[in-house]
Order: sequence, then C-alpha cells, then structure tokens
Amino acid sequence: MSLRVQFAGLTLKNPTLLASGVLGVSRSSIKNVLQHGAAGCVIKSISLEERKGHAAPNMLTFEGGMLNAVGYSNPGVDEAKKEFEKLRDLDGTVIASIVGKDEHEFAEMAERLLPGEFSAVELALSCPHTPGYGTLAGQNSPENTESITRAVREKTKLPLFVKLSPNSSAIADVARAAEAGGADGITATNTMGPGMVIDIQTGQPILDFKMGGVSGPALRPIAVRCIYDIYKAVRIPIIGCGGITYGRDAIEMMMVGASAVEIGTGVYYRGIDVFKKVCREIESFMEINRYASPKDFIGRTHKLEEV
Amino acid sequence: MERPLGTIEQPRSLPIKKIVQENANVRTFYFATEMKAKPGQFVIMWIPRVDEKPFSVSVNEKGTLGLSIADVGRFTHKLFTLKVGDYVGIRGPYGSWFKLEPRAKRILLVGGGYGVAPLAYLAEQAKHAGIAVDFCIGARTKDLLMFEKRLRDLKATLHVATDDGSAGQRGFVTEAANACMEKNTYDSVYVCGPEMMEKKLVELCAGRTIPCQVSIERYMKCGFGICGQCCVDGSGARMCTEGPVVTGEYASKQTEFGSYHRTGSGMKQYYHGH
Repeated sequence: MSLRVQFAGLTLKNPTLLASGVLGVSRSSIKNVLQHGAAGCVIKSISLEERKGHAAPNMLTFEGGMLNAVGYSNPGVDEAKKEFEKLRDLDGTVIASIVGKDEHEFAEMAERLLPGEFSAVELALSCPHTPGYGTLAGQNSPENTESITRAVREKTKLPLFVKLSPNSSAIADVARAAEAGGADGITATNTMGPGMVIDIQTGQPILDFKMGGVSGPALRPIAVRCIYDIYKAVRIPIIGCGGITYGRDAIEMMMVGASAVEIGTGVYYRGIDVFKKVCREIESFMEINRYASPKDFIGRTHKLEEV
Repeated sequence: MERPLGTIEQPRSLPIKKIVQENANVRTFYFATEMKAKPGQFVIMWIPRVDEKPFSVSVNEKGTLGLSIADVGRFTHKLFTLKVGDYVGIRGPYGSWFKLEPRAKRILLVGGGYGVAPLAYLAEQAKHAGIAVDFCIGARTKDLLMFEKRLRDLKATLHVATDDGSAGQRGFVTEAANACMEKNTYDSVYVCGPEMMEKKLVELCAGRTIPCQVSIERYMKCGFGICGQCCVDGSGARMCTEGPVVTGEYASKQTEFGSYHRTGSGMKQYYHGH
C-alpha cells in the first residue's frame, strides 16, 4: 500500500499539500511544514510589489470555520526571489503562488519568480477580499481566466494550476476556460464569500476590512460539489481544497475527483502535524477497504454513475 | 495541539475596569475576566477600526487581567485616550510561557524596558513557590523604570541599571545580570527585553551553563498558529505558538535571533548594531 500520487507531471509521496496563504511565508516555515508530513507546500501568494495587506484584525474563527482578510501581504517578487532559495534541497514539492492585477502582471510574475526553484505554479484568480485582484477584479470570469492562464502559459513550462473561486456561478465553465488557456490542473477551491462577523457589544465588524474569505468546515461541502462539477467538465487533474480537517474529508474530495488535496484551516484545528494525521487516517481507510493506492478511489463517485 | 471543530477565536469586548499610571510612559489597563494566562503568554487587544496588537500579561489574579502598555504608536495613542468603562476587544491567551523548575531555589530575572512586565508576574509566582528571586531591571532613565515598588514589596532582590545613571548603577542591565551571575548560583535565568540584550544574556548563560528562558517577540497577525507571519528562520517555528518563550539554547539556534525580524509584509528588518 502506498499513498503516492502522480498527476500533471508531479509525483507526491502522499496526497497532502499546504494550501497557499497559510504558513508558507518563508523557506524555513515551508521546511517546518514538510517535516510535519506534507508532501509539498504552496507558498503564500507573491505580487510584483511589496504589499502590507489589510490592517488587523485580519483573521478570526467562528463555529463553522475561519474568516480571513489578509489582503496579500507579501514582500514583493524581488525579496521573494531571495527568500525562496534552494527549494530543491527540501524534502517535498514547493509550488509557487502568484497574483497580479491583469494578465501582463501575471506574465511578468511568472517570468521573474518561477525560473529555477519551484516545481509548479498556482495562479490565484479567486481571492474574495483584495481590491484589484481575484474575484473583486473579475479574474474569475471564464474570459479573464483563459487570458491570464494563457499569458502565464507562454512564460513557463512548469505544471500550471489555476485556483478557482467557489463563488463562480458556473464553475465548470471557468475550469474549461483554464483548460483552454493551457492549464495543467485546477485547484478547487479558494475561500468563499466574503462573509462578515460582527462584535455585538460594539456593533463593529471584527475584520478591519469588514469582510473576509470563508474557509474551513463550512466551505467543505461546497468545495466538494465544485470538484464534482469540474471533474465532469475537464480532462486535467484537480487539487481539492476547502475545509479538509480529517482524513475522511480528503478521501471525500478524492472520490469526487481530486488527485491531491491542500490543507490550510485544518492547521488551526489539528496543529501543524495535520498532514501526518490526515495521511494516517487515509492509510487506515485504505487498509480497511483494501485499496492499494489512492488512484483506486480517486473519482469513484463518478465511476459509480457510469455503471 | 488539537482544537475541537466549532472553536471560536474572536475578540471579546470588555470594559476597562481600572487604569494605573506605572511610569512616565506606561499604564496598566485592568479588565474583569476569568481568563487564565501564564507569565510570558500574551493576549491580543482590538480597538475597532484602529488595529489589533499583542501584549504580554503583567497581572492575572482573582478574575483580573492586567496589561502594562507603553505609549509608543498609533494603536497605543488611541488606547491612552480611552477611559474606565470604555470597551476594547481581548482574545487569548496565546503562546508558551516561562516555566519554573519545582526544585529551583534561586532564580535570576532580567528585564529590559517593558520586558519587566511579564517577568514581574513570574516573580510573584516564584516567590509564592518559595523560590528566591533576584531581579535586574533596566531602563534608559529613572522615569522609565517599571514596577520598582511592586518588586520591592514582593521582597525580590532588586538590581537597578539605567543608561544615564539616574537610578541604580549606570550602564546596561546585562552588566548588572553578569555581576549577579558572577556572585551567586542560579538554577535558571529568565530574560525579556530588547532582542540584542536578550541575545547577550543567552550567550552569557551559555558560557556559564546556566539554563535560561527568553521571550522572542515577532510581528504576528492571527496569534493562533496559522498565518505564518511570526515563523523564525532556523526552525521555522511559530513564535505565537511554539514561542514566544523558548529556551536560550533553542533561541541561539534560530538564525534570525538577535539579527533581524520581519515586518507585516515579510520584509527583513535588521536590528540596530547588527
């Protein structure tokens, strides 16, 4: 029995990856996450220029998960280039995440950040709380998704994943657009919303940006449905993301079509070794059900429909 | 550490119960809450539409939480305009804490500037446990010294150092601490203050093979171990979760300790004198 998965030219020793936006801010923090069982990490998104992001508070949790409005704080591409050195020495796959205001900025980011160190790249077209980027800039429309994907495709041969928003009204169309633009895979999904949480003593929204992307258990069933829809629409592989806390959540996403999963908010609930825990739970499920490899149950939900 | 699904991490609005002026620049803000924080742990205070900032706990007894805060920036300027009865949000406590050895007989506490705040709380716990406490407090000038009376009332052996000699001996608190270590035997040393001073103390303790614990302050956002902003180079550990209090040995293995820290965007900022 092996947890190894292969897709889009990547080989992962297990199906768990660190999701972008969480912990992956420096080489040291990535090394730490890899030591806690993740097969790979997606770094926190990098933009052309340094960004301070939104004022605090920019994260909170509620009974269904987490809200965040970090707003792409990052040191900018030049500093990031210095920070993310010698990634190939690490015991895991490191995937870049880039953001831009339009396809030209995305292309420039790809050109400047990607060469040399990273094993793949993820394009975040789906942040719901940063003006000028993601859904607030309409990057999640099929047209913009296709043009941005194509612009990056022309600049890199690395496996290219496009991270979609669960808010997209017809997510299958957006996934098809990414595929048409040359994507090697889809990451589904980013946070949903944005949502709001109010402090009722003062009447004030707690997040300083007032609203933020919703992640965690509340997002999971929506992400699962998105992956289900996308799997039917495209041939390229899918990385599942959104509310994975336990092994069963990862298995669920793989059954509707994910080849691997990203975990973010799960770090909050189960600690930095959530990756190890989720892998152990998948393993025990595989043992009980006599699966030799995750590929034996990836897409199972769809295969049942074929009969 | 696991948290059950449904755990809520949000500031709770609390009225300020009491405000005490501690020195020229520091006030202690008191709140009525059952929150239980250990010395060295911190809470995060929220002023709506202004900002959110972490503060170590300086008083925590009988349903009371005290935060001793210096007026240094935009957030604290706003806080210093608030009065008793005004509301702020508090969440936490977070992070690791200073640990007392049950068999310890005598310990040395070294606090520079506002670093005295969590150590004063630790000193009270140590005295309560029957441990003799030597306490070196340092500040730039006499009117910036903190908790001199509180520590004298506690009957800690106090050693005061100021940069300009306006109180106690003239010079750095590291020199006062070194003199104490020269003269006495300590089971452990506890350090909180500016990072260059902490680094010096960690080296001094290592040279004398005295165990020490030190609080590493880093820019943080969430406080609960997920944003990654406070990860230190070396181990990559989160100073809000694995820290802020770590052993001197651990601190000295972090390549950025005493060298640089990161800003809110992740840019490195080097310490003065490095």
